[in-house]
Amino acid sequence: MTRTCQEIAAYSERLYYDLEFGSCKAWKEDGGGHCVGYMPVYAPREVIHAAGAMPVGIVGAGDWLEVIRGDAYYQSYLCHIPRSTVDLAVTGRLEFLDGMLFPSTCDVIRNLSGMWQMLRPETYSRYVDVPQNFDPEIGGRFWEHELRELARELGEVTGTEVTDARLRASIKLFDENRAVVNEMYALRRDQPHRAPTSEVYLVLRAGNVVDVETHTALVREYIDTAKATDRPDMDNSRVVIVGTFCEQPPLGLIKSIERSGCFVVDDDMLLVSRWFTADPAPDGDPFGALARAFVDHTVPTAVMYSPTSGRGKALVERVRRARAEGVIFAAPSFCVPALLDQPMLVAELDREGIPYTAFKYSENTGQFGPIREQTGTFADTMKLWSAA
Amino acid sequence: MKCFVGIDLGSTTSKAVVLDEDGRILGRGITNSRSNYELASAVARTEAYVTSRFTIFGRELDERLASHPSSDRERVAEALRRSFRLQQYLRQLDTLEAFVHEELENRRYASVRDEAAPRLVTVLAQLRDVATRHFAAGAKRKSDFFRDLAGADFQEAAEEHSDPILAPFGMLVSLYDKAILRVENEQLELGFEANIGPALERALDEGDVGLRDPARLAAEAAAAAPLDEVRAVGTGYGRARLPFPRDQIRSEILCHGLGAHAMFPNTRTVLDIGGQDTKAIQVDSAGIVTGFQMNDRCAAGCGRYLGYIADEMNLGLHELGPLAQKSTRRVRISSTCTVFAGAELRERLALGERREDILAGLHRSIVLRAMSLLARSGGVDDEFTFTGGVANNAAAVDALRALVAENYGERTLNISPDSIYTGALGAALFALRDVQHGSLVEVAA
Amino acid sequence: MAPRRPDVDPTAAVKDRSMQRQKELIASYYDRLAAVPETGEKTVATFVPGNLTELLLSFDIVPILPEINALQSGMRQKSAGYINEAERMGHSEDVCTYVKCDVGMLAGGNIGPTGKILPAADMLLLSYTGCFTFMKWFELLREEYKCPTVFLQTPYQARGEVTPEMRQYMIEQLKKVVIPSLEQLTGKKFDIDRLREALTLSARAEDDLVAVLESAKHRPSPIDSYFGGVYYIGPIFTAFRGTQEGCDYYAMLRKEVEQRIADGRGPTTPEGDLEDERFRLVVEGPPNWTNFREFWKMFYDEGAVVVASTYTKVGGLYDRGFRHDPSDPLGTLADYCLGCYTNLSLPKRVELLSDYVNEYEADGFLINSVKSCASFSAGQLLILREVEERTGRAGGFIESDLVDPRYFSGANIKNRIESYLQMVDQKRSAGVTS
Repeated sequence: MTRTCQEIAAYSERLYYDLEFGSCKAWKEDGGGHCVGYMPVYAPREVIHAAGAMPVGIVGAGDWLEVIRGDAYYQSYLCHIPRSTVDLAVTGRLEFLDGMLFPSTCDVIRNLSGMWQMLRPETYSRYVDVPQNFDPEIGGRFWEHELRELARELGEVTGTEVTDARLRASIKLFDENRAVVNEMYALRRDQPHRAPTSEVYLVLRAGNVVDVETHTALVREYIDTAKATDRPDMDNSRVVIVGTFCEQPPLGLIKSIERSGCFVVDDDMLLVSRWFTADPAPDGDPFGALARAFVDHTVPTAVMYSPTSGRGKALVERVRRARAEGVIFAAPSFCVPALLDQPMLVAELDREGIPYTAFKYSENTGQFGPIREQTGTFADTMKLWSAA
Repeated sequence: MKCFVGIDLGSTTSKAVVLDEDGRILGRGITNSRSNYELASAVARTEAYVTSRFTIFGRELDERLASHPSSDRERVAEALRRSFRLQQYLRQLDTLEAFVHEELENRRYASVRDEAAPRLVTVLAQLRDVATRHFAAGAKRKSDFFRDLAGADFQEAAEEHSDPILAPFGMLVSLYDKAILRVENEQLELGFEANIGPALERALDEGDVGLRDPARLAAEAAAAAPLDEVRAVGTGYGRARLPFPRDQIRSEILCHGLGAHAMFPNTRTVLDIGGQDTKAIQVDSAGIVTGFQMNDRCAAGCGRYLGYIADEMNLGLHELGPLAQKSTRRVRISSTCTVFAGAELRERLALGERREDILAGLHRSIVLRAMSLLARSGGVDDEFTFTGGVANNAAAVDALRALVAENYGERTLNISPDSIYTGALGAALFALRDVQHGSLVEVAA
Repeated sequence: MAPRRPDVDPTAAVKDRSMQRQKELIASYYDRLAAVPETGEKTVATFVPGNLTELLLSFDIVPILPEINALQSGMRQKSAGYINEAERMGHSEDVCTYVKCDVGMLAGGNIGPTGKILPAADMLLLSYTGCFTFMKWFELLREEYKCPTVFLQTPYQARGEVTPEMRQYMIEQLKKVVIPSLEQLTGKKFDIDRLREALTLSARAEDDLVAVLESAKHRPSPIDSYFGGVYYIGPIFTAFRGTQEGCDYYAMLRKEVEQRIADGRGPTTPEGDLEDERFRLVVEGPPNWTNFREFWKMFYDEGAVVVASTYTKVGGLYDRGFRHDPSDPLGTLADYCLGCYTNLSLPKRVELLSDYVNEYEADGFLINSVKSCASFSAGQLLILREVEERTGRAGGFIESDLVDPRYFSGANIKNRIESYLQMVDQKRSAGVTS
């Protein structure tokens, strides 16, 4: 029996709304063993997988959890994702996790790693300090050591030693996953009416809570179905969304942008799934290969240092590649990396004459009216410009 | 009799409580806060002394009429209280009338003065007639504040007696607006001693003649009772503006904690949602504050937010709760930002959501904010006392009860009908404790 | 709120000789910066946490410290305008006001806090220690200065310890990235002996600074470790670590403080010595700079003395034993960067605060949570709870900002501080009677 795009999206949406992480628990009970959570923006999922654990992407609780206790830990001028994440933890919803990784995304996530040590002292957690020095001999070496330490510790948690062979196999699985995700993005770029972002996002997001092979198959199924399904094309404006790499926009917001007349043809949501711009070397030492891929092939994003002022140019490049007409800066309120990055990106877009618009959201934003208004006007304006 | 006074200068109302030396409440007074904090505190204090003397009056009457059934005594006391309120009201009306006519002397009214003056006399006469009805037995008043009662009556009478050209309604009302501000900022003699005489005469004319002498004697005794104010302590939002020495000022957190403890001795957690701020307070078995949290600088989720919503929906503040309780399908509201309240509301209404469902969501979102503050302050312990204006809102109470049960299990929830006096009561208790614990070097006059 | 005159120096009423000297040092530093166009000295902009002052001095480089510029602008009531300018240029209301103050100052002609034009940086040394925003800050500045930017990543002490690999990573970066870049900038060869000399002087000043900070263990405390503390750390956090002038200043300060102890005097305040020490507090978080004196007054008016603070440790935790060590020049710089307060894990910060409360016999601790600074602020409410639990002492919580006056609500903060101190007092007397 084959599923329609809508059915695949509906399945993914059930996963999306499941704050009890039923899919992960089921996987554990089926003999899968362990689950290790990770927060945005980047975590070496290959290493988690090689230790016999399912990497589980934790990105807050969206707009369907009333955050009470989590709010008690955070002042009003901090973003929302740590509140809902802490809420998930203190309400016991993350008990199934055997470990938790906190990548060096920003000071809020960094400090959350320390809070975790105090809130959940009984479970394994680690701060993942990615290198900001991209010299293979300096940052690369440091990172390789970090990866080995992580592997050793995860091995102790799961009882499965991360051998070179296992890691190599895991890298291959994630390479395949990344390839199929990139293919889905390419499909959306080329035929956005066949692969609306409200669906693509849900299918992508399912990768947070199912194992990598299942996810690869899911994305494949979606691509094949979407290609085979006729849907009416629309005269929408093509936009790239920037700033959504950590705290996720609510689904309603994504839908609002689309309904206001935009095709989202590229974005930076859940970047971990497309982190490497080229695969790690398939042979040789797999730790070295992963480390090298990181220093050589990391996707440009606000949380990574840019040794040259190249990130604005990289955005322009992305816009061109996606044949987009404009950029929507959608940053979570109080998101330091996204908001501090924005003026530099804006300056480059100005130089290139690429139109943009900007707004802030939080994962539990309930009001889409003003945003719909704004992006709708933006879409219309771009149409006028391109017609002129 | 030695007395101890607590005064709580809030952002919307000012309250005073008088205690005797055993810590029993003698009297309470409340007034709307105004720009002049000093006056607001004086008015509230006068009111508290008035009710104190009525307490004494009751005791005196009990002694003199010990053989009579208590219902008789209560009837006399009740009649006298009503008569006294009427007396105070009429005094304020006199002042209002004088000020209205003074305002009319302004040059800008020269062309309408001759037409307006007699009409104002008629309007004020009508206000006096209505006044007796406000204070008749069994009458229900919409407010206890002069400005509200007189304002509504004035509008009604002015509408009747205005003339679109000769004496327009708007002009009459603007005269009232100017005059009422002056009335509120005038120190009027509204105390017990000055007003009990005429009040008693009026009450006796209507009441049980057989009790005339004991009532008169009791009233005289109450007026003459020496109330010796040993110490006063001030608290509340405007406390820094009180003309008190520094050691007679206490933070409202401490006063609220102690006041709640006095009302409900098993209190361990106090939540106060007032107009401009929300406080979560933890107290120990003696009413000593062990921790507290207040909302941050924005007023999101405070009582004021409900005020905006009421305005936006064109409803009275007291109507919100009952309407919200009719909801069958609560709408989720994520923002309690006062600035966006109107926009959010309009969007929801435009989406076809029902008013009661939106209101239910709004009440829950306010209580959610309070829940976070409670969690931050250390949770909700048994017993849990809820104070402040929002504690009078049944929908907010329902939401709070449900969320507390969900998050902390069963808790005894205390809400006192007098919760508005919690801070003032705590302050008065501090005044008493200061003296009892001998921490005072000198006794304030 | 008391009316503020814009150009009143916050230290005006403070009479101590060391205070005078401190002012002279900071003024001379700004004069030296202003004179760069004439002297031709090389400048490198860098951050206070993880600063490499000795290394820069060994190359005769003058450091430019944007954080210090911002806080000075805040104290001199200039930050509001700069922040406004930056927001007008498109910077978000949500982000760090130090950054916006700096960006705004640059946009307005880079006129420094003393009114003289600051030189453009010849290089940005991005000492990435304990604060994510640093990285974005210098990426932004790089767009303006178009000068080389050198990145020095300090790994985070997530588990409260420095591993050999973390240290090695730092040393590698110093050797292969930082030093060659400085050599190239100045045309000078790295001189390890000059570095050693500076490190020796640093350690000497650090000894004296620690003696000053720990003097607060006396009753009454001769110093205020927060409001006074920010003056004491001024020289060593800026351009004077590793200099003879710095050494002399700290020797003088130490003597003065020892004399205060001998005389039984309390700490100095803008209104004279504090005579009645009623509360001993530990404070976590940076101060507010725009209303610094108003804020300070809220404490000393109540007889509250800060006996220990974490803010004075952002430029190094000397009181926990670290000293710059001339025998291992690069290793010691690595250790220094790794050990700054904001590079510590939250459990370590809880431990440090609890230790301070106990060692300094504090009545309580207060957190000033600053909107700008997530590195400090994120998690402070948990820190509050944990320290309360560990010490049994009451914690207080107030909110403000570094240099954005819009986020300093005087009445609100005063209300909380008063409530807090009254609570401490009540608890204390209840403890005595029961």
